[in-house]
Order: sequence, then C-alpha cells, then structure tokens
Amino acid sequence: MIQLEQVTKTYPKASRPSLDNVSVSIEKGEFVFFIGPSGSGKSTIIKLLLHEITPNKGRVIVNSKDVTSMRSWKRPHFRRSIGCVFQDFRLLPNRTAYENVAFALEVIGKTKAVARRVVPEVLELVGLGGKEHRYPHELSGGEQQRVAVARAFVNRPLILLADEPTGNLDPDTSIEIMRLLDRINRTGTTVVMVTHDSNIVNQMRRRVIEIESGRIVRDQARGVYG
Amino acid sequence: MRMKYVLSEVLVGLWRNVTMTIAMIITMAVSLTMLGASGLMYRQVNDMKDLYYKNIQVSIFLSQEVTDQQRTDLETQLKSDPLVKEVLYVNKDEAYKRFQEMYQDAPDLVNAVKPDQLPESFRIKLVNPEQYKNIYDQYKDTAGVDEIVDQSRLLDKIFDILTAIQNIALAAAVVMAIAALLLVANTIQVAAYSKRREVAVMKLVGASNWFIQAPFVLEAVVAGLIGALLGLVALILAKYLLFDGSLQALEGLLSPVSWGDILFVFPFMAVIGGLVSAVTAWVTLRFYLRV
Repeated sequence: MIQLEQVTKTYPKASRPSLDNVSVSIEKGEFVFFIGPSGSGKSTIIKLLLHEITPNKGRVIVNSKDVTSMRSWKRPHFRRSIGCVFQDFRLLPNRTAYENVAFALEVIGKTKAVARRVVPEVLELVGLGGKEHRYPHELSGGEQQRVAVARAFVNRPLILLADEPTGNLDPDTSIEIMRLLDRINRTGTTVVMVTHDSNIVNQMRRRVIEIESGRIVRDQARGVYG
Repeated sequence: MRMKYVLSEVLVGLWRNVTMTIAMIITMAVSLTMLGASGLMYRQVNDMKDLYYKNIQVSIFLSQEVTDQQRTDLETQLKSDPLVKEVLYVNKDEAYKRFQEMYQDAPDLVNAVKPDQLPESFRIKLVNPEQYKNIYDQYKDTAGVDEIVDQSRLLDKIFDILTAIQNIALAAAVVMAIAALLLVANTIQVAAYSKRREVAVMKLVGASNWFIQAPFVLEAVVAGLIGALLGLVALILAKYLLFDGSLQALEGLLSPVSWGDILFVFPFMAVIGGLVSAVTAWVTLRFYLRV
C-alpha cells in the first residue's frame, strides 16, 4: 500500500536531512503510528505521502503509484484516494458541519444529490448525527475533529493520514477520536498516524515506528511508546 | 452546479474588494480607450493617406529661358517614365489664372505679378507617391528644369504630427496597461488571501487546478471585459462630443470616424482586455497559490 524505499529528504538550507535513508513498507489495512520527538521527521513523511514535497533520493510509492516521478498536474486526482486529518482541524469557519463535508465532495465534481445522500451517513458514522447544521465555533474541539475526520473519510479513501489529530484535544476526547479512527481502520482503510501522545500509543497496541533525527530506530508490530 | 459555484464565487470575489475592483476597472477602461483611440487613428491616418496621396502632385517648374526643344524632350521623357501616371502641362497663362484664383483675397499681390513672371510647369502624378525622390534625382539636372516641388512633403509633416499623436495615445495605453496589470495582480492576491482556507481544503481533497483557479481568473476577465465596455462608451462619447461637435470645423481635413470603425475596434479592446487580465491572474496564482 505504502512504500518508502531508501528515502532521503533534505530541506533547502537545512544542515542535516529530515529523513535519512528511510525504508518502510505498510500493508493494506494496517494501522501505523509514527512517533518521535519534534523535528524528528515524522511530519515530513506525511508531506511525502501527500506529494506535497518530493524526496532528494529514493522512491515513495502510494497506492502502487510512484509518487516520486508523479507530475504535479496529476496530484489532485491522486489526492482523492487519500484522506487527511490535522491537529488544527482545518475546517471552514463560515460553513456548517454538513457544508464542510459537502464542500470536499462538491469541489471534486460530485453533485449536490450525491452529497445529500452521503454526507448525513458519514456524519452519523463519526457520531455527529443531529449536529449537521452547527458551525465549527458551535462545536467542541473533539466534535470539530470528528467533522474533519468525516470530511477526510467521505470520499472513502484507501488511506487516511492523521498528523497529530489529538494534539489539541484533552485525553478523554482523544480516546474517542482514536476509537473513531480504529472504526475507520476496520472498514479496510489504511491509517497512518503521526503523534507524540504516549497514552494513546500505549492503549492502541498497534504497529509503532519510532523516528529519531531522520532515522528509524524502532519498528514494532504491537508496540508501546517506549 | 460546478458552473454555478464558480460564477457565484466570481461575483462574491468582485464585491468583497469593491474599491479595488473599481480601481482595476477604471485603469483598464482608460488603457483600453487609449488603445482603441490609437487603433482608430491608425485606420484614420491610413484612410487619409489614401485620400490625399491619390491627388498629390509633383510640380516640375521650368526655367524662364527654357527652349521649345527642351520642353518637348522633357514631356516625352516624362510620358514614357514608368513611375509617372499622369502628366499635365501648365503654361504661363494658366499658371497666372491659378495664381489669381488662389490669391483672390489679396488683389495687391495679384496686381504686382505679371503673367510673364510665373514659370511654366509640368504637374505630374506618380504611380507611387513615395517614389518622389527617384523623380527628383532623375530630373533635377535635366536641361530647362528650374525647381521640383513635391506636395507630399507638406502632407508628410501633417501625417508626422498625426502619427506622433497616435504614438502618444499608444504609449499612454501601455503605461495605463501596466498600472492595470499591477492592480489585477494585487486584486487577485487579496482574493486568494481571503480565500486561503478554502483553497487549502480544495488542494487537500484533490480539487483540480482549473477548478481552484477558475474563479480568480474569471474575476479578472470580468473586470477586463467591463473595462473594455467602459472604453467603448468613452470612444462613443469622444466621437459624439469631439468629432461631431467641436472638431466638426475640420471635417474637410479629417476623414470622419464612423460608428462602424468604433464597433470594429471594440472586439480587439475586449479580447485584449480579457486575455491580458486572464494571463496576469493566472501567472499571479502560479506564484501565489502554487497550484
């Protein structure tokens, strides 16, 4: 599903590489945590998988497509098979929960009729049934992140990337979001999550890949934060 | 639905920043008016050149001591010259008659001149009026020729002035166009900034690049087209107030600007206004949104 082959990424003007000769293989349906201190290169992996940046060396393969050599005009279509959730939710403040999710569908060419059928379904799935018409500022942090997850998942992507999705949430709310991601994972979606929330990693007991200074120092099947 | 979305985004975009939109449209309109005016003048000058040069003459004045033989030789030579279209001989009496007509308001001058003092001449029309120099070189040393005068020299001065005015209008159009382009670039940047959240989400979920860019580009195109329309109105007013108004006295000199001419330049103004705005907006987005 996802393969990094001896990937090295050095940002311009950086003294040392963010990722240094990293090789990882993630199978379809896996749930993987990338952990490590700030600046260790975790977020660089998300950016590589989204084709936001390209590696200096090595290959990145996502959904059996070589992202390294992908032309930028193919990027939009490629992104439709990937859902993405961030620490800061990235919702549109002037749109309701329903409209935020529908927006993601409509801008990739789905009709309003499709949105009317699919959006309530996915909002129900993330546990926001009845709150469709609330604006982000009328929702709690956890609920806003649920909207973001709904938006990422509404297109039924093969992969869900989560960049510190619980970073802004309290522990209880974090657990609820993790349950939600777990449920999405059970539908067959590959979930890749970057975090430094040790609590969550220890509770989930999923594959843990630890990165330090751009290198993989641990790759454990049912790991803990360490 | 997608079309509706794009169009409503365009209107919202133009309205959100309405002072900037107005500034953009006004500069665009002035620039396109100048462009249209210089286009009209170009047609105008060409029409006038056709009209005037058709009737232009080169006069070859003969010296007082010219012999009959020299005169006949010159006439045969001129008549067989491929550069010459028509030859007309004007003798002293005829020259005096023309002189009287021309200066009928100054009887003192007319009385002071005797028919004898006016030179006889050949009035010739050239196949191509621009080849005056060849005629001049060829005949200036011919026996019996006193002086060769080309009327088109005078006209050239008039046309030089008209061309200069046309160039000034064109230069003004270019300067205003640069100002208009900077305003378009700025407006698009402001629009892109105020929609940065939407754009970020669209890029994230995989909206196609044209779909992200279309509202911005169309916003600039609409402004460009409105500018062109205002330019058309300005040209119509200029014709109405200037050519049909205060400049009407010059009607004999200037060939009239028809409504057809104005309608002819409008599509060029509209296409240039729309296209240039679109390209500017698009280039701005390439730098600003990196889509």
